[in-house]
Amino acid sequence: MNPIKTLASTALATTLAAGLSTSAPAAAGDPVKIGVMLPFSGIYAQLGEAGRDGLRLALKQRVDQLHGAEIEFVELDTEAKPSRAPELASSLLNQHKADFVIGPVHSGVAMGMIKMLRGKDTIMIIPNAGSAAATGPLCSPNVFRTSFSSWQPSYPMGKVALDKGYKKVYAISWNYGMGRESLDAFAESFEAGGGEIVEKVLLPFPSTNFQSHVSDIADEQPDAVFTFFAGGGAIKFAKDYDAMGLRGKIPLLGSGFLTEGTLEAQGPAAEGIMTGLHYAEQLDIPENHEFREAFNTEYGHYPDIYAVQGYDAGQAIADTIDQLGGDISDKQAVISTMEKLTINSPRGAFTFSKAHNPIQNIYLREVKDGVNVVQTVAAQALEDPARGCRI
Amino acid sequence: MSTELFFVQLINGIQYGLLLFLIASGLTLVFGVMGILNLAHGSMYMVGAYLVWYFVAVTGSFTASALLSAAIALGLGILIERVLIQRLYNRNHLDQVLLTIGMIFVFNSLQSILWGNDPYGVAVPETLSGSVPFTDNSSYPVYRIFAALVCIGIAAALYFVVSKTRLGMLIRAGESNREMVEALGVNIKSLYTIVFAIGVMLAAVSGIIAAPMRSIVPGMGESVLITCFVVVVIGGMGSIKGAFVGALMVGIISTFAAVLMPTLSNMIIYIFMILVLLVKPQGLFAK
Repeated sequence: MNPIKTLASTALATTLAAGLSTSAPAAAGDPVKIGVMLPFSGIYAQLGEAGRDGLRLALKQRVDQLHGAEIEFVELDTEAKPSRAPELASSLLNQHKADFVIGPVHSGVAMGMIKMLRGKDTIMIIPNAGSAAATGPLCSPNVFRTSFSSWQPSYPMGKVALDKGYKKVYAISWNYGMGRESLDAFAESFEAGGGEIVEKVLLPFPSTNFQSHVSDIADEQPDAVFTFFAGGGAIKFAKDYDAMGLRGKIPLLGSGFLTEGTLEAQGPAAEGIMTGLHYAEQLDIPENHEFREAFNTEYGHYPDIYAVQGYDAGQAIADTIDQLGGDISDKQAVISTMEKLTINSPRGAFTFSKAHNPIQNIYLREVKDGVNVVQTVAAQALEDPARGCRI
Repeated sequence: MSTELFFVQLINGIQYGLLLFLIASGLTLVFGVMGILNLAHGSMYMVGAYLVWYFVAVTGSFTASALLSAAIALGLGILIERVLIQRLYNRNHLDQVLLTIGMIFVFNSLQSILWGNDPYGVAVPETLSGSVPFTDNSSYPVYRIFAALVCIGIAAALYFVVSKTRLGMLIRAGESNREMVEALGVNIKSLYTIVFAIGVMLAAVSGIIAAPMRSIVPGMGESVLITCFVVVVIGGMGSIKGAFVGALMVGIISTFAAVLMPTLSNMIIYIFMILVLLVKPQGLFAK
């Protein structure tokens, strides 16, 4: 952990806590401690910052609903390093005695945190990591997720492909949790409907040497390609696909992360890519418009999916505190209150499943003029099957 | 694999190999002439990519941005050599490794401070966009052909400078006997500054050329550095010819491995390196 960052975040936390407390009556008991475990440096820093900004915005907006409870933030930088996750989570649990822990971005870090926090009194809210295990075999009463499971954005795309008449699909991703789970989820609905995966390629993460594979796709001529790539890999894949002359000839489908935060860098190469995701910036509902404007006013730029997920973690906390009248000392009450929440998310309202994963809409988006345009709701109120979870 | 696909993949491999050569040439040149192991070489590749992205965003012209970025890299190379590297000539490799690893962290932090952690992309310049029909189903991107030609051009220029010019003669002489060259009245200090700056510029130029084909992300320098070391070790540390042959081998092998056995593709070049080292422990073209 970077000492300067600790210092800075403590300072920020104090300022924010002070800001919140001036606008609210004096708290009855101890402040509500929110431990934030997100990457503020390294390759996922941008995602971590967005989640943190969303979280803070929600708690700032809903200060009246906190019944005078003061909020205190403790922010730790995970640097997206799974090896340090148990240690950091343990410090939030034992040393800081956090009531809520928000984090992380990276699924590997999530596994390390869950190991520490499962079954404890501290409530863990995952604002990104989509690993199936978190709300599957490793699910726990005190672990909630405000993002998605890896299964959710990809499963509906199998049906989308069938509806469009694609019978033979070439599937390609990285050989890691998110990649394998995304391809499997797609195959599940696609093969059930009679589709055939003609080739399934799993590349070592984070290799971006795609040129030989797009050549292979050109040679194979499938009806469509389904893929999970994110970040730099997503940009590179779309560009290589386009440069090979495949765009417009063989439709490219994917989990929404293929075009999230990457559209600008992909440029025209992204045009026509169809993806499934639980959010779209253009989503035309009042909650989304209000959120986007409020976020822009606060931070000077428009929010992304990661900010939405962090915002909803904040909303979940504020709603819970509100419904409990500001007293969160009974952790069982906190959990059962949270389980029953309906979160008015910018993505559309959602509730938590038994495994504590959002039951949410998955939108089919298509890139047009550099924007993920919502085509239709690919799956209404989709619930993750939560295989292996026993709550 | 059909014959058609085989040739497409072979061209992919050669094109990737040529780019690898361009990146590795600076590393091996600096090591061969000056005995400096520059671990920050990958950072210079990153600097080239980020600079060209930034200037394209500001000016809109790829050519102007590429030239400007290369010039800045040359200046940066001179500065680094004068301020830091010069102190290390009489020290051992461990000191060089420590300094240049430190430079990696500095450059990564600067990148994060200056340009943030978003991934970026550079559009392929208008005149080089599009692709030429190749087989019935696929076409080959014009920019990749252009990039390959630039790499061949730079390789030829490097060969010409080192083997046919006075500067090259001094470089070769300095390699074998530094004291003698100094005794003959050659200013070896400025010679080294030039060589190091050229090494930095070669890395940055590779980043510039790669920018429209790759995504520009934090940490892009480190991954390329490792592949670069594999290339240089296979070819023999310090040998430009070795870097050329090694780069083509690594490019072709990793391209075919990616198609034929994707799960092993990252490992295959290391296995190949081990096999080469078993037969020739100093690399293929070591002096």
